[in-house]
Amino acid sequence: MVAGGGLLHRRTLLAAGAASAGALLGGAAEVGTRSPAWMLTPGAPLSRGGSGDGITRLVPDLPFAGSGSSRTPIDLLAGTITPSALHFERHHNGVPAIDADRHALLIHGLVRRPLLFRYDDLLRYPRHTRTLFIECSGNSGSIAAPEPEQASAGQINGLLSCSEWSGVLLSTLLDEAGVDPAARWMQAEGADAAAMTRSIPLSLRDDAMIALLQNGAPLRPEQGYPMRLLLPGVEGNASVKWLRRLRLLAAPAFSRDETSKYTDLHADGTADAFSLRMGAKSIILRPSFGHDLRARGAIEISGLAWSGRGRVRSVAVSADGGRSWADAALDRPVLPQALTAWRIPWRWSGAPTTLMSRATDETGAVQPTRAAWRARYAPGQRYHANAVQSWAVDSRGRITHVYA
Amino acid sequence: MFMREAALLLAALLGATGCSGGDDGPDATPHLGRPAPADVVRREDISILSDGTGLPPGSGTVAQGRATFSAKCAACHGEAGVGGAAERLTGGIGTLAAPQPVRSVASYWPYAPTLFDYIRRAMPLTAPQSLTDDEVYGLAAYLLSIDGIVGADVRIDAATLSQVRMPNRDGFVSLEPRAFDGNIDRVPSPQEK
Repeated sequence: MVAGGGLLHRRTLLAAGAASAGALLGGAAEVGTRSPAWMLTPGAPLSRGGSGDGITRLVPDLPFAGSGSSRTPIDLLAGTITPSALHFERHHNGVPAIDADRHALLIHGLVRRPLLFRYDDLLRYPRHTRTLFIECSGNSGSIAAPEPEQASAGQINGLLSCSEWSGVLLSTLLDEAGVDPAARWMQAEGADAAAMTRSIPLSLRDDAMIALLQNGAPLRPEQGYPMRLLLPGVEGNASVKWLRRLRLLAAPAFSRDETSKYTDLHADGTADAFSLRMGAKSIILRPSFGHDLRARGAIEISGLAWSGRGRVRSVAVSADGGRSWADAALDRPVLPQALTAWRIPWRWSGAPTTLMSRATDETGAVQPTRAAWRARYAPGQRYHANAVQSWAVDSRGRITHVYA
Repeated sequence: MFMREAALLLAALLGATGCSGGDDGPDATPHLGRPAPADVVRREDISILSDGTGLPPGSGTVAQGRATFSAKCAACHGEAGVGGAAERLTGGIGTLAAPQPVRSVASYWPYAPTLFDYIRRAMPLTAPQSLTDDEVYGLAAYLLSIDGIVGADVRIDAATLSQVRMPNRDGFVSLEPRAFDGNIDRVPSPQEK
């Protein structure tokens, strides 16, 4: 106790085995007799979003309007927080229109007490807040192509966004259910029309959260309303949206999206499974494709860096095609598993050159060259494409995407 | 709302008076999880594990699956699972180490029960969870028969689907021993100052 009136110490820990007040309510949450309607029909298509200022998500033409991804136009934005209406989307069968009053999160499997958590119940739990990036493991996958894609930094790298996420620590709910010592994994399932599932190792549980709020407002439908799993630094697909079920397991379920998808094929025909951690990475946003230089002289080179393993330690920049490098200044704060903005002054002489950036994270992991990254995988392998990217500047200031 | 307020208050009281049974101090969480009855768990849990755990009763033949595929799948996936706007499903066995690897159910998927799990939960795209269990078994039988993984006249059920050995069963390397981190470059490149 730190004060009267019932205040609890700010570091009060969760007491395992507390009498469940939930149980005293009696009865179960209301659930339907089969999967809810929003799992049985395709959800809403991907959308441009935006807030009326003309900046929108980049939405491709898709054979199935609800299956695919839209990108954040990161080269048109500044800072590290992505406006919620511009957060990238990746849906597997559209955006479900979920009635939060009829939605519950079921935690079951290898637990002592299978429990149902409703949205308005979770809003009453101690609030956990972190600024975190989400990056799709397919982000920047076009750098696997034989020829460099001539497109904006957002088009190439925009399966990347960063928000202030708030919700409940997953461990709070797992402790309430009582995890069996035999449990080492959990399968997360979404309430979308793909019933997206991923197996998550329990070794990731400590900083995992059930997110309810994004940038101070309830999650948007396209970001998982009413609740999503959020795994800091882990490939975006595993942060299952519209979360409805967590089944504690002794081993992975090996569902379709952790075997036939989101696995990384090597040249010898074997594939990495559960390649969950996102690598150290940086990109130059200014100048970049579509933002040509207008005059020689002093110009700032700026961009973003991030790592799924923790904080960005440094970003090295080359303005001579990789022959020499200098460290950029990192904008504060530099937060773990969050986007970090960086900048370095440059004087363009008017001569053609190539700009590159390379991040190192606090674990010492260095962003690989494209050649080193390509050598690791089979032709066409596009996941976890964190290699150094390069922009060529010609004598007229025109910017093109090059492999260097 | 009154019940929930009461529950919150009760939880706080239980914690504050040390009735929570723990010596770790008072409990700061409201414990609002509601017990999930076994029948609710059974209804909500639609997962099939890689060893076939959870597969329901029922069965389907290659012939039945071919008819279902033609009616409900071929429009997107193409005849025999190749050439449609949607994902390629068949062929490509043995190509994973080739210059142009072909990833299909036949060539890439490690476990056959996953087919049942995925088809039932997510397909067809226009009407997920609309297929009967027998239809799903038939589709699994048909798709696996195209590449000779099962015979052309087989009937598939929970037991037989669990016993199917997929060609790429041993093709995956879990990154669990490497902290789920597959792409690490810790040595600075030579040109770094």
